[in-house]
Amino acid sequence: MTKIAYYPGCSLLGSSREYDESLRAIAGPMGFDLVQVPDWNCCGASSAHSLNHELSLALPARILALAETLGVEEMLVPCAACYSRLVTAHHDLAESAETRERIVEIIGMPCQGTVKPLNILEFLDRHSDSFKDKVTAPFDKDVACYYGCLLVRPPKITKFDRPEDPRTMDNLVELIGAKALDWDFKVECCGASHSISKTDLVGKLSAKIIGNAVKKGAQAIVVACPMCQSNLDMRRSFINKAAGQNYTIPVIFITQAIGLAMGLGEKELGLHRHIVKVKYPEKKKVDAEVKPKAAAAAPAPAPVTQPEQTEEA
Amino acid sequence: MSATTHADNDNTLAGRLSLATGVSVTRCYQCGKCTAGCPMAEEMDYTPSHILRLLQVGLDGFEDRVLKAYSPWVCLTCEMCYARCPQEVDIPKMMDFLRAESVRLKKVNPRAKDFVSLHQTFLDSIHYVGRLYEVGLIAGYKARSWHLFQDVLMAPRLYLKGKLRLFPHLIKNRKNISQIFKKAGTARTEAAK
Amino acid sequence: MSRIGVFVCHCGTNISATVDCPGVAEAIAKMPGVVHSVDYKYMCSDPGQTMIKEAIKEHKLDGVVVSACSPHMHEPTFRRACAEAGLNPYLCEMANLREHCSWVHEKEDATTVKAIDLVRKMVEKVKKNQPLYSIKVPVTKTALVIGGGIAGIQAALDIANAGHKVVMVERDPSIGGHMSQLSETFPTLDCSQCILTPRMVEVAQHPNITLHTYSEVESLEGFIGNFNVKIRKKARCVDEKLCTGCGLCSQKCPTKKNLSEFNEGLGYRPAIYSPFPQAVPNKPVIDKTQCTFFLKGKCKVCEKVCPTKAIRYDQEDQILDVEVGAIVLATGFNVLQPDFFPEYGYGRYKDVIQGLQFERLASASGPTSGEMKRPSDGKEPETVVFIACAGSRDEAKGLPYCSKICCMYTAKHAMLYKHKVHHGNAYVFYMDIRSGGKMYDEFVRRAIEEDGVKYIRGRVSRIYEEDGKLIVKGADTLLGHQTVEIKADMVVLASAAVANDGAEELAQKLHVSYDPYHFFAEAHPKLRPVETNTAGIFLAGACQAPRDIPETVSQASGAASKVAALFSQSELTREPIIAVVNRTAPPLYSTCTGCALCVPACPYQAIEMEDIKNRDGRVVKRAAKINPGLCQGCGTCVALCRVKAIDLQGFSNEQIFAELMAL
Repeated sequence: MTKIAYYPGCSLLGSSREYDESLRAIAGPMGFDLVQVPDWNCCGASSAHSLNHELSLALPARILALAETLGVEEMLVPCAACYSRLVTAHHDLAESAETRERIVEIIGMPCQGTVKPLNILEFLDRHSDSFKDKVTAPFDKDVACYYGCLLVRPPKITKFDRPEDPRTMDNLVELIGAKALDWDFKVECCGASHSISKTDLVGKLSAKIIGNAVKKGAQAIVVACPMCQSNLDMRRSFINKAAGQNYTIPVIFITQAIGLAMGLGEKELGLHRHIVKVKYPEKKKVDAEVKPKAAAAAPAPAPVTQPEQTEEA
Repeated sequence: MSATTHADNDNTLAGRLSLATGVSVTRCYQCGKCTAGCPMAEEMDYTPSHILRLLQVGLDGFEDRVLKAYSPWVCLTCEMCYARCPQEVDIPKMMDFLRAESVRLKKVNPRAKDFVSLHQTFLDSIHYVGRLYEVGLIAGYKARSWHLFQDVLMAPRLYLKGKLRLFPHLIKNRKNISQIFKKAGTARTEAAK
Repeated sequence: MSRIGVFVCHCGTNISATVDCPGVAEAIAKMPGVVHSVDYKYMCSDPGQTMIKEAIKEHKLDGVVVSACSPHMHEPTFRRACAEAGLNPYLCEMANLREHCSWVHEKEDATTVKAIDLVRKMVEKVKKNQPLYSIKVPVTKTALVIGGGIAGIQAALDIANAGHKVVMVERDPSIGGHMSQLSETFPTLDCSQCILTPRMVEVAQHPNITLHTYSEVESLEGFIGNFNVKIRKKARCVDEKLCTGCGLCSQKCPTKKNLSEFNEGLGYRPAIYSPFPQAVPNKPVIDKTQCTFFLKGKCKVCEKVCPTKAIRYDQEDQILDVEVGAIVLATGFNVLQPDFFPEYGYGRYKDVIQGLQFERLASASGPTSGEMKRPSDGKEPETVVFIACAGSRDEAKGLPYCSKICCMYTAKHAMLYKHKVHHGNAYVFYMDIRSGGKMYDEFVRRAIEEDGVKYIRGRVSRIYEEDGKLIVKGADTLLGHQTVEIKADMVVLASAAVANDGAEELAQKLHVSYDPYHFFAEAHPKLRPVETNTAGIFLAGACQAPRDIPETVSQASGAASKVAALFSQSELTREPIIAVVNRTAPPLYSTCTGCALCVPACPYQAIEMEDIKNRDGRVVKRAAKINPGLCQGCGTCVALCRVKAIDLQGFSNEQIFAELMAL
């Protein structure tokens, strides 16, 4: 097992826990031991950089500093939004010694910038050899790979793939038997950061994305960002209202797609947690009928479980 | 490319922007590609190239129009404008600065109060918990913004799906986080002076 | 003892504003060997030069130092003045007080001290100067023109009409270049081929022009007046002497689905082809990468049908050696490659095309015979969007420059479209309309006012396909910075003009400098626009920077007149700044030990080994010998020689050390 630093971020413990679950489910068979960054904090998300520039660097810097205590060079950050904040802070601290000094003073711990944040696609691409020979149930679907904003932009900072027409995820899904469709909204914004405050606008933006994927014949949309996934999945009723359509296309994480191809089950991959019903893995009728009940009763396999109560999100 | 216009040193909004972020509005040649590709352009009162234009000319009253604009708040920070800008003007960074500056100068657009509430609630959550506490975020945001629970119908389903945690996940060293907030706040005020 | 005169120039206030010129003259007057030292406002003026001439005679000067500007500017002036006064011109040197001192320092004492040092240095050098005599070299009165587009054609015809021989080399199977691809030309809308083809024919028929198409320059040696060029004549697989250009081979060739270069990929051509009907020469070539015989070993249909038995499958590339006295570089430009604009979907959507493709669509000789049909399905496009600055003025994409020709050709494109599809809509997205030129702005106004082309000021962010339409998302910055969305049937990108493929390699072969974008560099942007920094090599057309036809033609004529002026002399005078191997009295003959290390080190192949014989004709020594015609005075051999047997005339070791010791 290879140890790798892991920063799940807040979403992966809450509204997108199936991303964490599915990543953990495939990491083991791939030969990776995910070591959580100790006592990690929130990256600050868009709120920090919207209101306070210093905070938008300091919060991710604390995470980078804590990751350095693990003695690693890279840290896997599956959430695209967290990745964006971390890679920006990493970049800004490396660019200016003065900024680094100031931020180190604020966080009260050393931060050398020795740990590089790694996004999920970089990670999977680099280690594709460790899952491609484990494909037992090829995911033979026509899929639209949706990258969203923050994995590819700004290109100067992320330095990842081609910003207008990225291919990394397309190549990954083809390794597991899927057909990556050529479609037009790979990198358009779905509006997730206004998901709570401007739900109606977000419906409009997302409707275009889902509409184009469906038109091009996609059976599923594959994503690598919890914000995009939540938005396109949880907000589906708003999206359908905006589009005047009844889209039922599932939105799954790349980790779930790979897990499915490895023959992993619905619950191991958290597919039962989706709002838009995911019919994978396609099994016999009996299994499918049991699913809803089992989902509610199943104990969450997430590492950290908390008492749960009814609330709204 | 170095920006060595007088705007760098003076106390205009464009000058302060350049000083704080290195973004020089003189680099913009007003092609409008940012506006053309902005997913939020139709919601904005001043589109990105329009904001840049106001800052470039900087006549009396133009700065106030920028500070009181709704646009920076609807900006999604999707980075499309910056990725496609032929002159490499970091517009998202400019929007960040404009948001912070309009809060500091108490010129936030009335329509944007919701956004400010959300961001402040979010930061509060991190301040006291260390991580995002989704339930607290929604509750706090709704309380601040006096909005009805538009998402209330989602809650039971999300709970059933195991996606909601009622209690916050506290990190150990919350004192450290608290200090960061304190110092970052101070640094910001000092930078503003 | 030397008798040196020093003349300190004020250069108006260029020097005197920061340097105390009279002080410099006074200080230098005290130097041993200096017999005359004065300062004056403008040494380069007539009275200034007269001062020098008179001082040479009056004080019997045997060396002159003019302390003024850079020798690049006025060294010839002052050396000529000295020569007129009877002093060997190479006994005159310049101390650069302007570029090296006054322009780069503030006014303070140290500046004057530095100026004095600069002059002292040159005084010490002049003491060691030897009279030198310029070298005469013969001129081969044949010009090489590289590139057979309109620039090359014009230059070749002008030189040939001046009575000199011209060798023209063209990479493609036919001459004509991009101009032969154009439909109509702005601002008069005359048919491009109609005005070009007579010139092409003239080239082919001109008794002074030898044409090598499907050929490339392999290497270049020599120097102005005496270049040796190797030309690779690629195998056409057709005997040009026997071929009558009947075209039967092309008609019968079974491999017809090869994208036509001439039609910019919008049409097909056979494997044996002539690029277009009016090609010069109208002799086909076989594309070995497509021909069934070369790929699979059988077919030979063309050989069977050829009435004159001109097909030669076994033909090989030929290398021709040509001697020329001058070279005109006219290799033209290219348009930006498809992958450059992923956000515009160029290369992804068939109906997003670039400017040259539109020219082919609009041309009567094009794949649609001039009918406006879009590439994807052949339908007439009802709405066409033209996007200016597709790549140009885009620093983020690495091309900050303006391509200059696009504003005009885009107006022309929109106009041609409206002339062919009267009910259609033509939109042009632009940032600025740059239409300086005779009748140019009137032309753009005509497109707008008479033909109803709608100009939208803004750039397009993205193009994507939906329901069979190309959705063009742009902005109108004149309409309060609004977004605009146009559902188009075809989009034409005014792709940036870039340096031609292989420009960099060619520049390196010819020792010509080039700019960061691989356009060839002129010697001076204002005063020497058609010359390169390499003597005897001239520039014409878009290989130097993007330019339109009128400008290209005038520049080509300019380059041709430079060549004609060069060829008007029977021999050339060269500066004697060359390396020489020393000679000493017997029995040593030379300090050269004959190690021959300098021979391969010389970049100009100017050094060979020579046998030194005594009176009896017996070989007593082997030493290096430098050909004064080939040596460019670069000094590589001087630095390399381990026994210091080589010296550079005018910059000898003794002179350089004298300068250094003065400091």
